[in-house]
Amino acid sequence: MSTTLNVNGQSVTVDVPDDTRLLWTLRDVLGMTGTKFGCGMALCGACTVHLDGSPTRACITPISATVGKKITTIEAIGTDSVGKHVQAAWLDLGVPQCGYCQSGQIMAATALLKQNPRPTDDQIDAAMSGNICRCGTYTRIRAAIKQVASEGDA
Amino acid sequence: MNAEQTNFELINVSRRAFLGAIPAMGLILAVGFPRLALAADEPKYGADSMPHGWVDDPLVFVAIGTDGTVTITCHRQEMGQGVRTSLPMVVADELEADWSRVRVKQAQADEMRFGNQDTDGSRSVRHFFEPMRRCGAAARTMLEQAAAVRWGVPVAEVVARNHEVVHRSTNRKLGYGDLAVAASHLSVPSRDTLRLKAPAQFRYIGKGDVKIVDGPDIVAGRGMYGIDTRLDGMLYAVVARPAVYGGKVVSYDAGDAMKVPGVVRVVEIPGTPPPSEFQPLGGVAVIATNTWAAIQGRGVLKIQWDDGPNGSYDSTVYKAALETAARAPGKVVRNDGGVAAAMTTAARRVQAEYYIPHMTQAPMEPPAATARIVDGRCEVWACVQAPQATRDRVSKRLGLSLDRVTVNVTLLGGGFGRKSKPDYAVEAALLSKAMDGKPVKVTWTREDDIQHSYYHTVSVEHLEAGLDASGKPTAWLHRSVAPAIAALFGPDPKHEQPSELGMGLVNVPFAIPNLRIENPEAAVHTRVGWYRSVLNIPHAFAIQSFAAELATAAGRDPKDYLLELIGPSRRIDPRTMSDSWNYTESPVLYPLDTGRLRRVIETAAQRASWGRPMRAGQGLGIAAHYSFVSYVAVVVEVAVSAKGDLSIPRVDIAFDCGPQVNPERIRSQLEGACVMGLGNALLSEITFKAGRVEQSNFNDYQVARMDIAPRDIRVHLLPSDFSVPLGGVGEPGVPPIAPALCNAIFAATGKRIRKLPIGDQLKS
Repeated sequence: MSTTLNVNGQSVTVDVPDDTRLLWTLRDVLGMTGTKFGCGMALCGACTVHLDGSPTRACITPISATVGKKITTIEAIGTDSVGKHVQAAWLDLGVPQCGYCQSGQIMAATALLKQNPRPTDDQIDAAMSGNICRCGTYTRIRAAIKQVASEGDA
Repeated sequence: MNAEQTNFELINVSRRAFLGAIPAMGLILAVGFPRLALAADEPKYGADSMPHGWVDDPLVFVAIGTDGTVTITCHRQEMGQGVRTSLPMVVADELEADWSRVRVKQAQADEMRFGNQDTDGSRSVRHFFEPMRRCGAAARTMLEQAAAVRWGVPVAEVVARNHEVVHRSTNRKLGYGDLAVAASHLSVPSRDTLRLKAPAQFRYIGKGDVKIVDGPDIVAGRGMYGIDTRLDGMLYAVVARPAVYGGKVVSYDAGDAMKVPGVVRVVEIPGTPPPSEFQPLGGVAVIATNTWAAIQGRGVLKIQWDDGPNGSYDSTVYKAALETAARAPGKVVRNDGGVAAAMTTAARRVQAEYYIPHMTQAPMEPPAATARIVDGRCEVWACVQAPQATRDRVSKRLGLSLDRVTVNVTLLGGGFGRKSKPDYAVEAALLSKAMDGKPVKVTWTREDDIQHSYYHTVSVEHLEAGLDASGKPTAWLHRSVAPAIAALFGPDPKHEQPSELGMGLVNVPFAIPNLRIENPEAAVHTRVGWYRSVLNIPHAFAIQSFAAELATAAGRDPKDYLLELIGPSRRIDPRTMSDSWNYTESPVLYPLDTGRLRRVIETAAQRASWGRPMRAGQGLGIAAHYSFVSYVAVVVEVAVSAKGDLSIPRVDIAFDCGPQVNPERIRSQLEGACVMGLGNALLSEITFKAGRVEQSNFNDYQVARMDIAPRDIRVHLLPSDFSVPLGGVGEPGVPPIAPALCNAIFAATGKRIRKLPIGDQLKS
């Protein structure tokens, strides 16, 4: 059974059952390992991608639900003007520790800033609390989001 | 160092020449280094005491290409602490290398070559700062010698400076790339001839302006973790493991699983009965063409299990058993003065009991490993804290000699002690073997991780104190009851071992004349293992909470009272506190310095404006703890609403780890430890019923998220020169957080929390 997906602007066809989760299709079938597995139940945000610009948990999303939609992953977020600034702020403030959850954090933060260029602390909490960082980098994530917001480029 | 790329012949010649002068690796370590000039029966400390010790040979760690690129090998594992930046930075500093021209290479598992690689115990920088400095200094000296020969001038006339060697009087310069081949012909200078930099000359050490080397890869999704390994023809596996520790498969039916599209094979993995150490729990593996298919296949396996003797483990019942044990005398592990007599003459007695549950590390990257076997050689790719243990266990389990097993270490998506135990890498090796050597990746789902972990112990801490009329304690009795980690490796000792007792229990540095510490019996019923900061968590929670309770009983300020408990500044030999372990460090080099402990308390209090007026429902709490030979004090500020909603606006952390190699990463470790410590205190609990873990994922095993994290964490690093040895960084930040939080809650509400997690205990 083949399904055609639009991943980072490229059309790709995969030959797996169409209830296969987008996460495992990206990672195991397409070899794009930047999107991470953390829980499999949309509880931790490590697998966050953008589906037509909306932050989406790839671990619970069957590929059948992505047909005709634009999938953006961490591998391509640097080509987005906001995503590029988010990545730069993450490096500038030394956000990552182990870094494993940061793909998802960056995807969530980019989606937030594209929709709301100047989020308040409470809005940052609301948008980011679905993304777990076990290293506990939250204060730096918050600071990096604010830095991007204050740059006014978002 | 090696001249890379074009000069393999020269490397080999050079290595033989070097090794030829000294017959064996073990002897190299002993040359000209006074610290090692010990009789065989004298105790070894620090890095010397670890398996395979340390190596400071630049031929092992440094390679310089003819283009000038310096490649530095990091032999410790990166799990967020920044070690792949910090240790190479130390080499680069002494080498006078330009950091922008340095590449970092991850070592494979080979402790005979690299020295100890077991990345735990907050030891990497503490144990390898000096060897890595010597490594860089030796390589720098060889480059200087090569340049002097080239110019025909005395070596004293040349100096290495920022990736080139300069002839001082003529200002002639040669780049490191130009000198690499010639330098590789030289023998490594002996340790006693090395000129180490004075701290004032450091370029990178202590500066904190070097960014982590993996940052650009991480933010672009290019960082390669254990779970990201991909090999040609690789298969994907998940394993159904026994729900109860020591349980085993009676029978299974793989019929439905084999019908799932993508499932290739179902195989049983034999378990190892307790004590199962680092070996797999056993179970039934489903191997497929992708992870999703393997998970679907596992979901329809029919397995009949035999739970074994731990099938009755119930953490509620067990808590009561721990309490009973804690209320009766137990094995005495420290006894100063006469507590019983002092209690009877005390003006007032105070008693409290604290409970700290099982928890699990839950690194965001769950355990994952890949293995393949080709021509009788097994190669493993895995996110492991202990690569040599991985290599050893795979070798033994497959019946291959050690030289036929290669372990490649990836980035670790968090470790926190879970990845010190490489059971998952052994699983991958067994499954590859079952598939005739084809590459197989084992992925643990989050449910697997939460239900089959090596859990933080569970503990009841019972404390009693006798106070004199002024409120000063004259007697202190502490009973700690917790199943021991040693039960993983042998018969259950039923008592905390020296490395557990020394985590803040026996080495409580209070100036109390009558002090007795007991450790009643507790039996193990699950896999208990290391969790970031380990037994310091319950010990610090109990002691630092009780200190604040005594302050309340005495009507005193908690900070002032804590300082009085600690007493005057003095350097305490840990052996005088019945601590034979001392984090493996020398009791002479690393006494417990109460002056440093007092200083972090005073600093945290001052920076947090301790004593400032607070509104109703707000409060400050303080706690301090010595662990991993570093000193931490924390002031937590809380606000609790009438309904019991808690927020933590600010945390001040004062930290003294001695000399700071990478202050920026030290700050990040303390920020992270604060958040993890708050998660431990507020949310995290593993419970057992009928031997089974009742939690399964992040819905019911909760950890700290953005919305409970403090908005303001201020880390205050105490200045230090290099006159004291280095302390640990990764773990010491965790233990004081929970008691400081609970002390703040008491200040805000008058409610004393003695059982973790706090959960909904504040709700009205």
